[in-house]
Amino acid sequence: MKHIISVLVENKSGVLAKVAGLFSRRGFNIESLAVGPTEDIAISRITLVADAEEHSIEQITKQLYKLINVIKIQELDPANIVERELLLIKVSADSRTRPEILEIVSIFRANIVDVGKKTLMIEITGNNSKVRALEDLLKPFGILELVRTGKIACTRGSKA
Amino acid sequence: MGKITCAQMLMRCLKKEGVEVIFGIPGGVMIPVYDALLESDIRHILVRHEQCAAHAADGYARATGRTGVCMATSGPGATNLVTGIANAYMDSIPIVAITGQVARSKIGTDAFQEADTTGITAPITKHNYLIKNPEELPFVVKEAFYIASTGRPGPVLIDIPVDVSTEMIDEKKINETMKLPGYKPTIKGNKKQIKEAASRIYSSKRPVVFAGGGVVASNASRELRKLVKTIEAPVITSLLGKGCYPETDDLSLGMAGMHGAKYANITFTETDLIIAIGVRFDDRVTGKLSEFAKNICVIHIDIDPAEIGKNVAVSVPVVGDAKIVMEDLEKVYREIEAKKGKNKRNDWLKRVEMLKKQYPLKYDRDSGAMKPGYIIEKIYELTEGEAIICTEVGQNQMWASQYYKFKEPRRLITSGGLGTMGFGFPAAIGAKVGMPDKTVIDIAGDGSIQMVSQEMATATSNNIPVKIMLLNNGYLGMVRQWQEFFWEKRYSHTGIYNCVDFVKLVEAYGGAGIRVTKKEEVEGAIREALKIDKLVLVDFLIEREENVFPMVAPGSTIDKMIEEDR
Repeated sequence: MKHIISVLVENKSGVLAKVAGLFSRRGFNIESLAVGPTEDIAISRITLVADAEEHSIEQITKQLYKLINVIKIQELDPANIVERELLLIKVSADSRTRPEILEIVSIFRANIVDVGKKTLMIEITGNNSKVRALEDLLKPFGILELVRTGKIACTRGSKA
Repeated sequence: MGKITCAQMLMRCLKKEGVEVIFGIPGGVMIPVYDALLESDIRHILVRHEQCAAHAADGYARATGRTGVCMATSGPGATNLVTGIANAYMDSIPIVAITGQVARSKIGTDAFQEADTTGITAPITKHNYLIKNPEELPFVVKEAFYIASTGRPGPVLIDIPVDVSTEMIDEKKINETMKLPGYKPTIKGNKKQIKEAASRIYSSKRPVVFAGGGVVASNASRELRKLVKTIEAPVITSLLGKGCYPETDDLSLGMAGMHGAKYANITFTETDLIIAIGVRFDDRVTGKLSEFAKNICVIHIDIDPAEIGKNVAVSVPVVGDAKIVMEDLEKVYREIEAKKGKNKRNDWLKRVEMLKKQYPLKYDRDSGAMKPGYIIEKIYELTEGEAIICTEVGQNQMWASQYYKFKEPRRLITSGGLGTMGFGFPAAIGAKVGMPDKTVIDIAGDGSIQMVSQEMATATSNNIPVKIMLLNNGYLGMVRQWQEFFWEKRYSHTGIYNCVDFVKLVEAYGGAGIRVTKKEEVEGAIREALKIDKLVLVDFLIEREENVFPMVAPGSTIDKMIEEDR
């Protein structure tokens, strides 16, 4: 099962390596990872997605807590969060296919961010199922390059 | 406003932390630090290999309960520390390792003697630091000692670039405070959980206490004894827990596990409730994990939440410091007794007593041969059980733990988790430095001692009179035993017979050597060794293919033990 874990850490060099190292050392695979400073510049947030059993996730959470630079860990409940990832997709487009691609892009409320002679670059943000749907629809046109960020997520409502 | 170098500041900070001794070896990038050491009254023990600096600091910490300190230079100095640090990490021993690093501008350039020390040691330290800003030094040292010695103790490493050591710093900076927003060990156990634990214990018919290194780390021996007296339950310890409950007491069952007493192992399979305190259910204790403590109640008290439920399913977890939790638990238990009357478990206690009689630890006492059990028992007798016993790893370690009865904690110093051959001798040096009035003995094997025999120079040149009792069988004995039992006696590369004259070796270093070839000579040799006030090695030439019994085959359940057939 997939788990989204949000880890607040001290914003210091070497901390990300310690977190990532812990995962590999204890035999866990990180599926996606996003990191950046929070509203407090001394603190960074690492959002990571890991595929593991319930027992394993409990163990990895406890192990993470033991890292001195880790301040707080939260496993996010998928039912109660807004989650986003951002994709940049470069797709083949000629005069014949361009209108069709533009139509798909507009339905998905995605953006065209670069237009080449034979390509279009599309930017999309959304949850996993939305971006995957767009990816599937664009595939037949020929995806030349795809870049995605790790997933980030925020709990709904006033609870931090 | 006075300015001093960071190296001088380091010495002042160490002094402030109460450091009295450092084990180490200097090197190029450590010259500024060692220069500052000259002006300090902190003692330095120059070892002959950095690994032994870490082991000595570890032995010092285990014997005294204070944080041990070791020092090494960059690159190979630091990588040589690695085994010693990993050893301390596995056994949760508080040490602070200080390493030199190449100048900041050279980091990452593969400079001479450069190694990524913080990267290499991240998985084997509780925490580590690379000091890039000289201003950080005072509070980093403070944090390092605080982290190493609190919560679940462990090694902390501080890596200091040479140009940081020489930089000037305001001497008032020594008063800088720590900044550890992410480090708050849970000390007090949850009240509800403790209540639940007490009532489960009260209603248990066949409870057993299983105490480990956590009890020693928390200096909770007295609290454990009080708790055991109140509940009246038998006590099993792990290897690292030895001595936290007196092994001479009727309720003590000694150690369980692969080479534990059979009565302890059977008690583990017959109990209906385990009160586990400061243990981590290592595979050497549990045997076949899926069958261990199956369908019974396990109460697990530990300061490290990650240990609870890691190997064995737990019914009542209590996160907290063993000392404080046991104190509370004992109180709550007495409250229940006051209300409901004492729960006498005479049948269970009788059963355990009977098991002890039925399956004693045994070796052939009538044999004319010089049995390891006999040697250890003689050492026990002649030291009146008051010595600090260090061991190497393997058969010597198991014989020592089987036949020396530990009455107090911090008396057995042994590498439990990592199983590091060559640990015992440098650890004995560290222990003797910390406890100069105690007799310190390293019970060694001929395989282990050859990994660290250069430290004989450390012992003699610093007048550290430890006693090496060498059980010499010309084999890497424990591996040979496995080859005999499980690999059809195919002794692949375990024979090391007749390659060293250990008596001459120790004499070459300025120590005293005694060779013992007959049973009748054992007592006299030990007496003499205890009298000599310098490094002594007693070379006991024991039977070559002596085995450690009883034994649980790897992967087997712990009640099925291989015993010597006679």
